[in-house]
Amino acid sequence: MVPRINSGTALSLQTFERASFSGTGLACRRGGRLVFAGLTFSISSGEAVVLRGHNGSGKTTLLRLMAGLNRKSAGELAWNGAEIHDFEAHSALLRFIGHLDAVKPALTVAENLEFWRNLWGYPPVDVKQAAQRLGLGALADFPARLLSAGQRHRLSLARLLVAPAPLWLLDEPGNALDDASLQALAGIIADHRARGGMVVIASHGTTVVENGAPLDVGAFTNVSETHWSEAV
Amino acid sequence: MTVFAAVLKRDLSLAIRQSADTFTVLAFFAIATVLFPLGIGPETNTLARIASGVLWVSALLAALLSLDRIFAVDFEDGTLDQLVLCGEPLVFVVLAKTAAHWLTTGLPLIILSPVLAVTLHLPAQGYGALLLALFLGTPTVSLIGAVGAALVLGSRRGGVLLSFLVLPLYVPILIFGTLSVEAAIIGVSTKATLALLGALALFAVTLAPWAAAAALRQAAE
Repeated sequence: MVPRINSGTALSLQTFERASFSGTGLACRRGGRLVFAGLTFSISSGEAVVLRGHNGSGKTTLLRLMAGLNRKSAGELAWNGAEIHDFEAHSALLRFIGHLDAVKPALTVAENLEFWRNLWGYPPVDVKQAAQRLGLGALADFPARLLSAGQRHRLSLARLLVAPAPLWLLDEPGNALDDASLQALAGIIADHRARGGMVVIASHGTTVVENGAPLDVGAFTNVSETHWSEAV
Repeated sequence: MTVFAAVLKRDLSLAIRQSADTFTVLAFFAIATVLFPLGIGPETNTLARIASGVLWVSALLAALLSLDRIFAVDFEDGTLDQLVLCGEPLVFVVLAKTAAHWLTTGLPLIILSPVLAVTLHLPAQGYGALLLALFLGTPTVSLIGAVGAALVLGSRRGGVLLSFLVLPLYVPILIFGTLSVEAAIIGVSTKATLALLGALALFAVTLAPWAAAAALRQAAE
């Protein structure tokens, strides 16, 4: 199955207001261990940040911290310059794709996507377009339990398209994807940025997306230098 | 509200696809109840006397079987993270999941209970009170159960821990539920006990979702 890349679909028409998201002096302690400290980043519309670092360096923790899933031990997260206190409202502005697919095997591909669309209160537009964009168009009415690991991951990425939000937090989005899907993902990310979206991507070493497809990696925050520092 | 509707709809369609889960609960309820006449003997008066207690205990244990599934599957497959990030208060998610649990566990138990009451020779006057008491009591079972299920997320042998946590809290439901049926059988007014069951349900619906939401947030971290 070769994913089709159609940039001109109705899905990608929405543009986002100019916004910025930043963090200063972020630190996180988990299980008594300091995962990272003194971490500062800033991203605004159309930009991307790639989080690099080896296993256990805290890329996932940082992404979850940006989403408000994990609590920070120090530092400040700000949206448009104003410190974020209400993480419930903040979460409406972001989509988080983690290691776990959050796919329900008993539902079909389309039903899985419809659930996410409804959860975030988007009008009942056809989700098949999103499925198609990630090469799952022909599988829309298949139960998700029949999907391969890569296809399940693509289904979780399709969540980004059915419920648009300006900030994407992607944890190793290239995992388990074949070349064609990587290309589709690169296209989707480029579209998102063109519409004024922001993307934060975690990937170990050099990103799979970076080398595998023409993905324009934006401002690079050198996480690996700061995360072992013990100074908060 | 969109969150409530979306989660409720999804959980109900999942329950319909995976109807074995509901069936297991009902089968447990039926088997546990039917074991009593086999163990105690077919003496009608004895069975009639213990019928309401047996039905309530079996229903509570059957419901207990299904509790850990309320949040555990979502926790394991990553859905919980997404639900926490739904942009609306997590309480709506908890309410929707609890409502779905009641519709797929509590309601079927209520529907099956009169059939099982026949095998225990429950006197005819008791049926109305039994149904009404179960109708008022089972929502509380789901609500308290949701708090327990959220608290044990991520722990090893959560199911066992869950029963220690939740069963003691079910004691008032058991007492007033059984008393309602017995009052109806001896011809006394059931108003007081049923009102207490209703009060417990209201108490649970105002507090349990917040407690469960806090526990879920903790589990997601």
